Amino acid sequence: MAKLNINGKTRDVNAEPDTPLLWAIREQLGLTGTKYGCGVAQCGACTVYVDGEPVRSCQLPISSITAKQKIVTIEGASSKIVKAVQKAWLENDVPQCGYCQSGQILAAASLIKTKPNPSDEDINREMTNICRCGTYNRIRAAIKQAAAAVRAA
Amino acid sequence: MNAMDFSRRKFLVGAGTAAGGLTLGVSFGAQDALAQTGKTPEVNAWVVVNADDSIVVRIGRQEMGQGTITGLAQLVAEELEADWSKVTYEYPTPGQNVARKRIWGDYATSGSRGVRNSEKYMREGGAAARMMLMQAAADGWKVPVAEVTVAKGVITHAKSKRKTTYGKVAAAAAKLTPPTNPALKDPKTWTIAGKPLKRLAQGGKVNGKQVYSIDFQAPGLLNAAVRDCPIWGGSLKSFDAKAAEKMPGVKKVLKIENAVVVVADTWWRAKTALDAVKIDYDGGKFAALDSKAIDDMLNEGLGATEAFIGNKGGDVQAAISGAAKTVEATYSMPYQSHAPMEPMNATARWTADKCEVWTSTQNAEAALATTSQAAGLPLDKCDVYRMDLGGGFGRRATSQDYVRQAVLIAREMPGQQIKLIWSREEDQLHGCYHPITKCKMTGALDKDGNLTGLHMRISGQSILATIRPEALDKGRDPATFQGLNAGGAEGAIGYTIPNILVDHAMRNPPVRPGFWRGVNNNQNAIYLECFMDELAKEAGVDPLEFRRKMMKNHPKHLAVLNAVADKIGWDKPAPKGVYRGLAQHMGYGSYVAACAEVSVNDAGTLKVHRIVAATDCGHAVNPAQIERQIEGSFAYGLGAAMFQEITIKDGRVVEENFDSYPILRMDDMPAVESIIAPTGGFWGGVGEPTIFVAAPAVLNAIYAATGKRVRNMPIKNTDLRKA
Ligand code: FES
Ligand code: FES
Repeated sequence: MAKLNINGKTRDVNAEPDTPLLWAIREQLGLTGTKYGCGVAQCGACTVYVDGEPVRSCQLPISSITAKQKIVTIEGASSKIVKAVQKAWLENDVPQCGYCQSGQILAAASLIKTKPNPSDEDINREMTNICRCGTYNRIRAAIKQAAAAVRAA
Repeated sequence: MNAMDFSRRKFLVGAGTAAGGLTLGVSFGAQDALAQTGKTPEVNAWVVVNADDSIVVRIGRQEMGQGTITGLAQLVAEELEADWSKVTYEYPTPGQNVARKRIWGDYATSGSRGVRNSEKYMREGGAAARMMLMQAAADGWKVPVAEVTVAKGVITHAKSKRKTTYGKVAAAAAKLTPPTNPALKDPKTWTIAGKPLKRLAQGGKVNGKQVYSIDFQAPGLLNAAVRDCPIWGGSLKSFDAKAAEKMPGVKKVLKIENAVVVVADTWWRAKTALDAVKIDYDGGKFAALDSKAIDDMLNEGLGATEAFIGNKGGDVQAAISGAAKTVEATYSMPYQSHAPMEPMNATARWTADKCEVWTSTQNAEAALATTSQAAGLPLDKCDVYRMDLGGGFGRRATSQDYVRQAVLIAREMPGQQIKLIWSREEDQLHGCYHPITKCKMTGALDKDGNLTGLHMRISGQSILATIRPEALDKGRDPATFQGLNAGGAEGAIGYTIPNILVDHAMRNPPVRPGFWRGVNNNQNAIYLECFMDELAKEAGVDPLEFRRKMMKNHPKHLAVLNAVADKIGWDKPAPKGVYRGLAQHMGYGSYVAACAEVSVNDAGTLKVHRIVAATDCGHAVNPAQIERQIEGSFAYGLGAAMFQEITIKDGRVVEENFDSYPILRMDDMPAVESIIAPTGGFWGGVGEPTIFVAAPAVLNAIYAATGKRVRNMPIKNTDLRKA
């Protein structure tokens, strides 16, 4: 039995130590906002924060995470930046199917945190999540809008 | 008890409900089915009005990210004169549709048909509901209906200064006889349809709350992982599950047709145990198949004497033998996987007298038929609950194979609800791939550089031959010729060429094909539009001028081509180091064109900077969502053109995940400028058409930049460094 700190609560997780964090989050903890897309760290649909850093949870066994480390999923992400990103996402009507968007939003908020005024090159370099519906241009516009809103706040 | 009594009882019972139970020619059973879901009874099949004036539009077609439900709800709300801010939607199940003699029409959502093939009956549904609601208000006030008006769901009798709302009269309205053939509004007067409104139901997509089929949860639910024989035509010989059966959480290891399945408490445990099963396959007769063998098969077809004819006019052989100059080139397009972000999955529960499925599908009626067949139960003992899709792109329209597997698994554990999830690898290995084709183009130019003859010999795979053989026409697959037809409203060629022959040597490798966003238009547009550039070059004429000469009789094709040329400034030089290419095509009833701007650096790296796109889709129901479809289709089409190919080795697909099947990402996405230019009088699709022109426009721009003709997709296989 592993202990994980998820969205501010310590939870017991009844899973084998080599279980990827993604599947512990989805199956043992029932939080399905974090998505499975590839399982090989390619798509970013499974992005969550561990101690504030975005990670691809499909490649992270739960044994590598201590009970002290803070895991935040899309359901628990509530920083000012995340909220600004979500607002910009809705205002730009970004999602199509929406399946990739939990990961895109967490990746975008993390980018704005490190680069408050991201250039196109920053966005190209940091936003490597796959969107099969092709919402990239709307994501780019929404990131710029959210970053501006955060800077103005 | 008749339907009305039943619904009235429901009305009395449910305090939050308002409408009566009248339906447009429907049976009682289905009313019951909907009532059981706890929903308010309806004004008619399309429209439910709640006491709080909120409106639910019922939609047969499927949302998968393309915006169809928003567009259809706009059309209903327009005719209904509804308050858009109060409009939501729901999906009737296919079982309810069957019970009501398919009142919601065809559920299949593919071929860019979602709006264009449902607009009439849905607009009529909205108009009929509006007339019934107005009549009910007039009856209540005892005034002639001609004296009442409606706006945003508020009905007014000006003479007596009385007002009421849809919610208040819905119950009475539902008891009225529905009008037949209600008049529809002139699109010029639209105030909800035709507007760039935001999509319905976006909120759950930004906070993780939207429940896709893969997210389905229920108490006691078990999970299944599957490994089907990956070799085309191969079969499962034997397997050893001794180790797997002892692994944590495992409930059962079983065989379904040629697949091994592990059922466990969680999917990860099922998948981990499946990895521990030793499986032996019998490779069958295609065990040695590889891409080279398929290429040989197609090459033979390029020169074969027999072929199915798609478009024939004049005498192309005479034109070629009498030409001042002939031009030849051979192109190819590989297999492509759909790779929607949500892998295939379905949940099923089977008992001896009922089978239920929860899944994401582009065709819930086909899923129901599949369920019934796999369950061994009649249709009325089965139903499919429609869950949100994490993308479709044709995969979830072509085959309901994942539903079949889920039901077969559920049959092995009666009463148990089981969710089957395919791994990404399973999804890549068992796709319904964009078909493989090659094309030999031969053009005849006269001494003045006019195109006097064109022969397009397509060699390769037919989708219909495998997926819908009943749709073949004496062996010929008419869909092969998408966008190359002599005429018609669906996909006509945009050029007048005095001598033309488009024919198809059908060569069907055993790899399963499918409908992949854009379908056969994708390669047909590459073949024709890139070759047009080659011909223009040989004729010494500007590619735009070369095309225009042949487009006088095709004004709609020409108009979109001119629109992109004007917007990009074709007659002015491109920015330094940037090169342009054009393409136009017609498909799914819409006319589309694109002009791309690219650069290629000394290392041979391609950068697509910008694409200007134009579409004439007849009526534009939501321009904002059409823009998003244009961008999305470009991402999908350019990713395929630039990097993606499914290859075959040892009888199976090689590319099992996104490391070997790369998807276009942010850094390769061009800026897109859309021109939405609907000319009215027809309804064209918007989910697919623009995809056709992205790749040929880019390929033509690459030639302008490098002097290299890339004729074999994907582009990455060609060295783009200047020679
Ligand atoms: S599921 Fe983790 S990166 Fe794709
Ligand atoms: S919105 Fe569908 S995958 Fe990104």
